[in-house]
Amino acid sequence: MKILVTVKRIPDPVEPPKFAGGQIDTSSAKWVQNEFDEYAIETALRLAEVGGGTERLAEVVVVSVCPATKREHVTNFLAMGANRAIVVDADDTQLDAQSVAQLIAAVFRKEGADLLVSGKLSQDNESNEVSQRVAGLLDLPQATFAASVVWDRSANALQVAREVEDGVETKRVPLPAVLSVDLRIVLPTSVKNGATPEGHPYPDKPRLASLRGITMAKTKKVDVLKPADLGVSVGAKVVSRGVVAPPKRQAGKIVASVEELVEKLATEAKVL
Amino acid sequence: MSNVLVVVEIGDGKLRAHSLPGITAGAQLAAALGGELHLLVLGAAPQAAAEGIAAAGYGAKTVHVGAHAELEPFTAEAWADAIVAAARSLGVAAIGGTATSTLRDALPRAAAVLDAPLAPEVTAIKGPRVFGREVSAGRAIAEIALEGDVVCFTARASEFAPAQPGAAATVAALAGISAAKRGATVLSIEKTQSARPALTEAKVVVSGGRGMREGANFKVLEELTDLLGGALGASRAATDAGMVPADLQVGQTGKVVAPNLYFAVAISGAIQHLAGMKNSKVIVAINKNGEEPIFQIADYGLVAKWEDTLPRLVELVRARKG
Ligand SMILES: Cc1cc2nc3c(=O)[nH]c(=O)nc-3n(C[C@H](O)[C@H](O)[C@H](O)COP(=O)(O)OP(=O)(O)OC[C@H]3O[C@@H](n4cnc5c(N)ncnc54)[C@H](O)[C@@H]3O)c2cc1C
Repeated sequence: MKILVTVKRIPDPVEPPKFAGGQIDTSSAKWVQNEFDEYAIETALRLAEVGGGTERLAEVVVVSVCPATKREHVTNFLAMGANRAIVVDADDTQLDAQSVAQLIAAVFRKEGADLLVSGKLSQDNESNEVSQRVAGLLDLPQATFAASVVWDRSANALQVAREVEDGVETKRVPLPAVLSVDLRIVLPTSVKNGATPEGHPYPDKPRLASLRGITMAKTKKVDVLKPADLGVSVGAKVVSRGVVAPPKRQAGKIVASVEELVEKLATEAKVL
Repeated sequence: MSNVLVVVEIGDGKLRAHSLPGITAGAQLAAALGGELHLLVLGAAPQAAAEGIAAAGYGAKTVHVGAHAELEPFTAEAWADAIVAAARSLGVAAIGGTATSTLRDALPRAAAVLDAPLAPEVTAIKGPRVFGREVSAGRAIAEIALEGDVVCFTARASEFAPAQPGAAATVAALAGISAAKRGATVLSIEKTQSARPALTEAKVVVSGGRGMREGANFKVLEELTDLLGGALGASRAATDAGMVPADLQVGQTGKVVAPNLYFAVAISGAIQHLAGMKNSKVIVAINKNGEEPIFQIADYGLVAKWEDTLPRLVELVRARKG
């Protein structure tokens, strides 16, 4: 079993975006990993490991499309516990989702992977499309927006609870397959592999890298490939015409009592 | 060709209301492209539903019917097959619809097969292939232009008015659709049972956060919700804690709502939450801590514990409605 996990580097979402020349100015941005991808690596590790021990049921390989010199986010995932990494050396800010998906699909094929795990969206451009595109390009089944996953190893399939419009859908997909994960995948009991004991005390968030993990990460293998090595010619059919700050909402008034609130809602805002 | 194909969803043999904003976006795009609006209905036997939709028209020229046993229940795999087949046989310039979990799942897959770009969750149609959309948790608005013979979009429901019935459309069967689930099976769909309007369609939304502490405490919010005929919402902290079902989450990764009136009760106002409700017309914040960011965007703020204020609020609203 080989699990491929995607990670994207994004400007730190905690910092409000800066604007310059009609675009978002990232020149002074601190770059971090997309939080949904942290959920993806946590999912992959929980599928692969037996109760946090060293035994592995699967190899976990991280893939990122990014400039080869800017891969701290990849090192972070190796420190969390991934076995090795593949960096596709390209300026991802100049690529559209289709190009990124083609690169990831090519890596998936080259690796002969069994499962792709991705965050459902990136916090910067919020496209929510790469994993679905990869599944389409590879002609594989997909389970998106996963809130929980059970790996049925004897049947080589995943059973996935997906958060849909007005409830939860349970979908079963045979491997190989593509999985995209939503917020609740990191709750303590969301990922089951049939080997980790029930009730294993997972936290409700992605793990922090241990000191040992950080040291180990430096010794782990990172392959750097060019898009051409994968036979993919990249580009972008999505062109930015400019980015602006939204109109600022004015803070309103503080009311002193429930009576005043109801009065204002009725007579001033006229919404009651 | 310059026609626009909008994929709509049906339930109980009828058009689902959440598909209506996507039809409006499609109509705007068709106008910008100088083409016609067409609708696509998919299912195992959707003919009768398609006829009902065609009778109401919604500004469309034709309602296309894709019938195949594999199209029900919905899977992205089979729907993407049908969408690709429809796009190719109709030769449309654009394909889209409301950004629901259905199209978010299936449309990017279809776009990949068509080698087409996608504008996700658009908030405005700016030109023939030009769209406005929010990024970075609503803290920036981007304008993007898509290139190619066929482009895809999903439209944010809160930003487009529901399409209105109009002149009747024609109905046409799509021949020779193939669709396959690639081995996937849908085992169950657990719907959140509620008599309330859908979050994204409600005129009033009452949301509770971590400060509600437990699910039972949402009762007072539900009373307020029902008095106002609204929908119940929640922050991630409340849904993660299991106080209310996950599909009630409002925010960057939940539902995006823009009702006339939004109550944020015991919610701090993290950017990811604001991304889902900051376009509401009137925002009321009730929070015990006056320093919280929610007060920076609220029209009316009440610095108080919910325990001390919500029961009285329910009482006063009931008196007014009664
Ligand atoms: C990738 C990502 C995506 C996310 N997506 C979303 C999303 O879609 N939606 C979302 O909501 N969040 C989302 N979040 C989480 C978000 O960052 C916040 O953690 C979350 O919104 C906090 O919820 P809260 O305001 O209920 O809780 P808190 O921030 O803990 O606030 C609780 C509030 O309750 C108040 N309070 C406590 N007791 C009382 C009382 N008795 N009476 C009155 N007030 C009281 C407190 O003063 C406080 O302001 C996301 C986070 C990440 C990292």
